[in-house]
Amino acid sequence: MIIKIENLNYIYNPNTPFEKKALDNINLTVEEGDFIGLIGHTGSGKSTLVQHLNGLLKPTSGKVIVDGIDTSSKDGNLKEVRQKVGLVFQYPEHQLFEETVYKDIAFGPKNLGLEKDEVHSRVKKAMELVGLDFENLKERSPFELSGGQKRRVAIAGVLAMKPKVLVLDEPTAGLDPRGRDEILGRIQKLYEEEGITIILVSHSMEDIARLVNKIIVMHKGKLVMEGETKEIFRKAEKLEELGLGIPQITCFMRRYKSRGNPVDDTVLTVEEAKRELINYLRRRGNV
Amino acid sequence: MFRDITIGLYFPGNTIIHRLDPRIKIIIIMMFITSLFFITSFPPYILILAFILFVIYLSKVPLKHVLKGLKPLILIIVVTFLINAFLTKGEELFSIGPLTVTKEGLRQAVFMALRLIFLITGTSLLTLTTSPISLTDGIEKLLSPFKRIGVPAHELAMMMTIALRFIPTLLEETDKIMKAQMARGADFESGNILNRAKNLVPLLVPLFINAFRRADELAIAMEARCYRGGENRTRLNELKLDRKDILAISLSTLYFGFIISTRYI
Amino acid sequence: MADEIIRIENVTYQYGSGGEDNQLTAIKDISISVKRGEYLVILGHNGSGKSTLAKLMNGLLLPTKGDVYVNGMNTKDQDKIWDIRQTAGMVFQNPDNQIVATIVEEDVAFGPENQGIPPLEIRKRVDEALRIVEMYEYKKHAPHLLSGGQKQRVAIAGILAMKPDCIILDEPTAMLDPIGRIEIINTIKKLNREEKKTIVHITHYMDEAVEADRILVMEEGRIAMEGTPKEIFSQVDRIKELGLDVPQVTELAYELRKEGFDIPNDILTVEELVKVL
Repeated sequence: MIIKIENLNYIYNPNTPFEKKALDNINLTVEEGDFIGLIGHTGSGKSTLVQHLNGLLKPTSGKVIVDGIDTSSKDGNLKEVRQKVGLVFQYPEHQLFEETVYKDIAFGPKNLGLEKDEVHSRVKKAMELVGLDFENLKERSPFELSGGQKRRVAIAGVLAMKPKVLVLDEPTAGLDPRGRDEILGRIQKLYEEEGITIILVSHSMEDIARLVNKIIVMHKGKLVMEGETKEIFRKAEKLEELGLGIPQITCFMRRYKSRGNPVDDTVLTVEEAKRELINYLRRRGNV
Repeated sequence: MFRDITIGLYFPGNTIIHRLDPRIKIIIIMMFITSLFFITSFPPYILILAFILFVIYLSKVPLKHVLKGLKPLILIIVVTFLINAFLTKGEELFSIGPLTVTKEGLRQAVFMALRLIFLITGTSLLTLTTSPISLTDGIEKLLSPFKRIGVPAHELAMMMTIALRFIPTLLEETDKIMKAQMARGADFESGNILNRAKNLVPLLVPLFINAFRRADELAIAMEARCYRGGENRTRLNELKLDRKDILAISLSTLYFGFIISTRYI
Repeated sequence: MADEIIRIENVTYQYGSGGEDNQLTAIKDISISVKRGEYLVILGHNGSGKSTLAKLMNGLLLPTKGDVYVNGMNTKDQDKIWDIRQTAGMVFQNPDNQIVATIVEEDVAFGPENQGIPPLEIRKRVDEALRIVEMYEYKKHAPHLLSGGQKQRVAIAGILAMKPDCIILDEPTAMLDPIGRIEIINTIKKLNREEKKTIVHITHYMDEAVEADRILVMEEGRIAMEGTPKEIFSQVDRIKELGLDVPQVTELAYELRKEGFDIPNDILTVEELVKVL
C-alpha cells in the first residue's frame, strides 16, 4: 500500500469558540494502482482529508503514513511526502505566477533541488502528459492562455514533481464539456499509461462512474461508504439519503428494471447500457 | 482557517451604547481624545477612567475583551514608558549602568503610559460597539460637508466597505494559494529574511492577479446594479438622531469641557 | 412589439481596438428577439460568445455594429442607460465577486440605493426579494460565511430588489456544487413562473436547459441552433459537434434508434424513456 490512514481525527481551531471537528476517525488504505473517486457534499471533509495526504495538514490525532513516512513525525521529510503525493487544488490556474509556462511548471522540480537537465526533461514530459505543445507554448505567458490550457499548465506543474499518487480536487470545475472531456481523458491516460495512482474528488457521478474503480464516500467528517464502483452505485438509496446521486443512466436502468424488465441495473455508462438494452430488447422481440 | 476571524473586533450587542448614532459616537471619541491631550496632571485621569468604565458598564462588553485590544500594542506602551523613564532629566532615583531613572522621569513615564492606555481603550470602545458598516456610514456622513472642498466622502466610505467585505475572501485565498505552492515544494517558513521575501513571490503574484480579476468583476457587477457614485443615492438605514443621541452628545460636551477646563483652573 | 422585451438587431461586437490583427470578433451579425415572460436558455461552450451577448443585453457592452433595444430603449442612448440596467438585471458567475456589502440585507439594498429609492420602500423591496429567494432568515448574516448557492441567491435578490422585468444570468451555476446548482435552478424557475420575470439564462450545462421555453445554441459568435428543448436535443450529433452534452438518456435513446429500434427522437428524461421502452 502507498497511503495508510489510521484513526485520523482533525479539529479546526481547537479550544476556541470556532472549534469544529472536520474529520472523525478515518481509516483508509490506498493501494498502488488504485483509481479512487472521493465523493461527498461540500463540507463533508473531503478537502480536509485530501490535505492530510501530503502533509499540508497534520492530524489532531491518528496517523497518516505515505510510502512509509509518517507525516506527523518530527523527522518526517515533508518535502519527500509532497513529492510523492501530488495535489491539484480546485481552480489550480489561480496559482500560476511565473512569466512563462516553462518556468511555472519548473517551479516544483526546482524546489526539489534537481539538476537543470532533469528539470528540463521533466517540464517537457509533463507538458506532453497534459497535451500542451512544448515548443509552441513553453515561452508563452501562462496568463494569455485559454482557461482550459491554464488549468493544464497548473496540472503539469504538479506532474513535474513525478508523484506516485496524484490527487485532483474537482479538476473539471467551471470547464465546458469539451474542456472537461479533455482533462478527464488526460487523467485516464496518466492512470493507464504512466501507472500513477489517482484520487479524484468530484461532484459529477457520471464522471466518477466512467473513470474510477473504487469509491469512497464522506459525510459529516466520517468515511461512510467504501467499495468498488458498481457496488457503491448499487446502493442508490443510501447515496440519496446522503444527498448524493447516481449517474442518470444507472438511475434509468434501475427504474426500468423495477417496471418488470429483467436487465442488469449496475451499468455505469451509456455504452454499457446500450449493449445491455440491445441484448434485452432483441431477446424480448424474438420471444 | 482564516474565515472565522471576526474583523474589526466588533462585539455585537443591543445596548444603548450600541444603538447610539455612529456620528455621535465618533464625535464623542474625538472629544475624548482631545481632552486627553489637554490633561497635564493625574487627577483628571480619574474622570477619564470613570468615563471609560461607565461606557464599558453600559455596553456590557466584558472588561477582558476590552483589555484584549491592548495586547498587540503592549510593546509600544512599554517602549513609551521606558523612554520617558530614562530620558527625562531631574532628581535621580536610581540608576542601572549608564541609565538613570529620575523622579520626574518615573512620573512622566506613568503619565504617558496611562495616556496611551486610555487612548487605546477609548477608541477600541468605539470599534467594539459599532459595526464596521455603521462606522463607515458615520464617517461618510461626517465627512460629507467637506465634499465641497474636494473630500471624496462617499468614495472613501465605499472603499472601506468593499475592503471589509473582501478581507475574509482574500485571507481565505491566501491560505489556499500558500497550500497549493507548498504542495509544489515551496517553503514559506525557513531561510533568512531576503530568501523569505523572495519565496513570497509565488504567493503574492497570484494573489494580486486574482484581486485585480475580482476588482474587475466587482466593478462590472456594481455597474450592472446601477452604481454611479454617491449622487442621489439613498440608504436602506438612514442615520437619524433621536433624543438619546442629543442627550449623549450634550452630556459628553459638558463632561469633556470640564476636563479640559481643569487645566486652566 | 409590445410583447418583446429585448431586441437585438444585426449586432456585431469586436473586442480590442486599433489594427485588424488586434481585433477579436466575439459576436457576428446576430439578431434575436426575447419575448416578455419567456424562459430563454443560451447554450454554448466557453468562448462561443455567449457571455459577450449577455453583456450587450443591458448596455455593459455596446455593439460595434447594429442595435440592441431593451423595452424599446436603445442601449446606445446614454440618457436611458440606468433605465435599461434597471429593466434588465444581471447576475454573474462568481457569487463572491458581485456581493458588495458585509451584511446580506445591505447588499440586497445596494441596487435600490443606487436608484435613489426612499428608505421605507427599499426596506419593503429587500424583505420581499429575500423572501422570494428564501434567504430572509439570513438577512443579518455576513455573506462570506454562506454557501455558494446561498451567496448566489443573495446576488439574485440584489437584482430582484431593483424590480427588473428581465433577469439575465451569466453562468450562475458554473462555480457551484450540485446542491447549489439545484437551489439556483429552482429559484430561476420560480422567478419565471411565479414572479413572471423574463429569464435569459446562459450556461453550458445541458440539463439546465431541459425546462426552457426556447434554446439558442451559440458557436463562434453566431447562432448555430434555435428551438424548443425537444427540437434541439433531438439533434444529438449536431450538439456534440458543437462541444456540448446531451442528457445520458437522450444519448441512449439516440443510440438505440441508430440500431434500428423505434424510439421517438425527443426523449429528455428518465421517465420518458422508461415509458417508451
